[in-house]
Amino acid sequence: MITLAWLYIPAGLLFAAVALRSATDRANPKRLGTAAFWGLMALSLLAGDRIGDFGNGLVVIGLAALAGFGLIGRGAPATTTEPERQVLAERLGNRLFLPALVIPLTALAGTLAWTYTPLGASGWIEPKRETYVFLILGVILALAVIVVWLRPPALAPVEEGRRLLDAIGWAAVLPQLLAALGAVFAIAGVGEIVGAGVRSVIPDGSVFLTVCVFALGMAGFTMIMGNAFAAFPVMAAAIGVPLLIADYGGNPAVIGAVGMLAGFCGTLMTPMAANFNLVPAALLELKDPYGVIRAQIPTALPLLLANIAILYWLAGLA
Amino acid sequence: MTWLPLLGIPIVVLGFALRLNPMLVVVAAGLATGLLAGMGLVEVIAAFGKAFNDNRIIAIVWVVLPVIGLLERHGLQQRAAAVIRGFRGATTGRLLLLYLAYRQITAAVGLHSTAGHAQTVRPLVAPMALAAAGEPTPEEAEKIKAMAAATDNVGLFFGEDVFFAIGSIVLIQQVLAAEGYQLTPLELALWAIPSAIAAFAIHGARLWWFDRPRAPR
Repeated sequence: MITLAWLYIPAGLLFAAVALRSATDRANPKRLGTAAFWGLMALSLLAGDRIGDFGNGLVVIGLAALAGFGLIGRGAPATTTEPERQVLAERLGNRLFLPALVIPLTALAGTLAWTYTPLGASGWIEPKRETYVFLILGVILALAVIVVWLRPPALAPVEEGRRLLDAIGWAAVLPQLLAALGAVFAIAGVGEIVGAGVRSVIPDGSVFLTVCVFALGMAGFTMIMGNAFAAFPVMAAAIGVPLLIADYGGNPAVIGAVGMLAGFCGTLMTPMAANFNLVPAALLELKDPYGVIRAQIPTALPLLLANIAILYWLAGLA
Repeated sequence: MTWLPLLGIPIVVLGFALRLNPMLVVVAAGLATGLLAGMGLVEVIAAFGKAFNDNRIIAIVWVVLPVIGLLERHGLQQRAAAVIRGFRGATTGRLLLLYLAYRQITAAVGLHSTAGHAQTVRPLVAPMALAAAGEPTPEEAEKIKAMAAATDNVGLFFGEDVFFAIGSIVLIQQVLAAEGYQLTPLELALWAIPSAIAAFAIHGARLWWFDRPRAPR
């Protein structure tokens, strides 16, 4: 059976190859730090289950130190120039989209086949991981198509990957680090303390204010944790279940579903949700790292109000 | 219970506000939180390492970069821009509105991992949105790219919960079941629909008006 552990291998090999190429790229003034950074990621992906929890902790500290003290830089992998690309784009035409579409289409077709046909019961793939397996399969297929069709130099896949990875920099690792911070917060009991604090500010008997505190608490705590998943159990246990459902008789399905979505409004407004908000800013090479968040706030705030209204009226609390 | 572990939160907020390197801020906040909660230094580092290791799936998505990079090398972004310039009446706002609908619908049927910032926004959506704007100034280009990423996020967040077999729905169900309220995932997914419609209306309206000041067509 193909398990999650298999999928770490291609990602680990990519980081390892990028680290090796970085080490010898004299155009990068910080080539050794850069190589060490991607090398630590390769170590984590390829051997994370063998180096123990403390060993992984040291990997994390190493990554943070390399990024935090400015020891990683950008290399200069060989690629084409803008005018060359214009010429190639005209010559190759719309066929260029096909390899790009191979990845989502493989993920889509594979996921659908595994969900709606007997293949899903075959036991070849770890349950719930189908999309990731087909994503990687799509990448391999797309690479094969490109190599056969366009015949790029042998090192081009690694070098082009390195060009993009260097452009993203440490932001490529931050989401995983924030997920780890959420776990440390949970072990330290941050959720229980926040829940008790939020509960103490609610005036007795005001249903509408309780709804507001629940929704704003979901959004606010999500902004702190960077993840609505961490906020939901806390707010549900502090307000959603004891007050809105038990005392005021609200519909549990509405309070659960819309409470979570109120948290998602918070996700749109926080740098802590790095993979959604900071990574794309790096990936699109925006000047303002908070540019995506700024674009989202005018959607997130009215949407939070809409969710409060939905909670109040559709949960039968009005 | 003491309030001391909460000190990790102001460390994070201050660190981001002062624009210190987020990697350092996060590790400092994690170590401080664990130590203030009474854990030993080795214990905190190990807890951090274990959680980092358990979340490696987040790093898998970067395997798409060599494919995207190779296609960019052969002019993918230029081609995407040329296609959009060929459509009369294509505007940035309308193009992103279409992508919002596509992203919400595909996420709502469980295909949330098939698109994303690396897979679709950088290679296709952002260059198309830029091309639809004609010749944007650098400030406008920055706004358009940010809006393309924002549209992907809004579509994903407010589409995926309509699909019943997603992690957040399972989490809601488990939390409420532990409190004695048994719900089916389908019920929860159904009640995500009003918010999905509100998200499409609000973000869609912003996209609809996104072109007006820029493109007097």
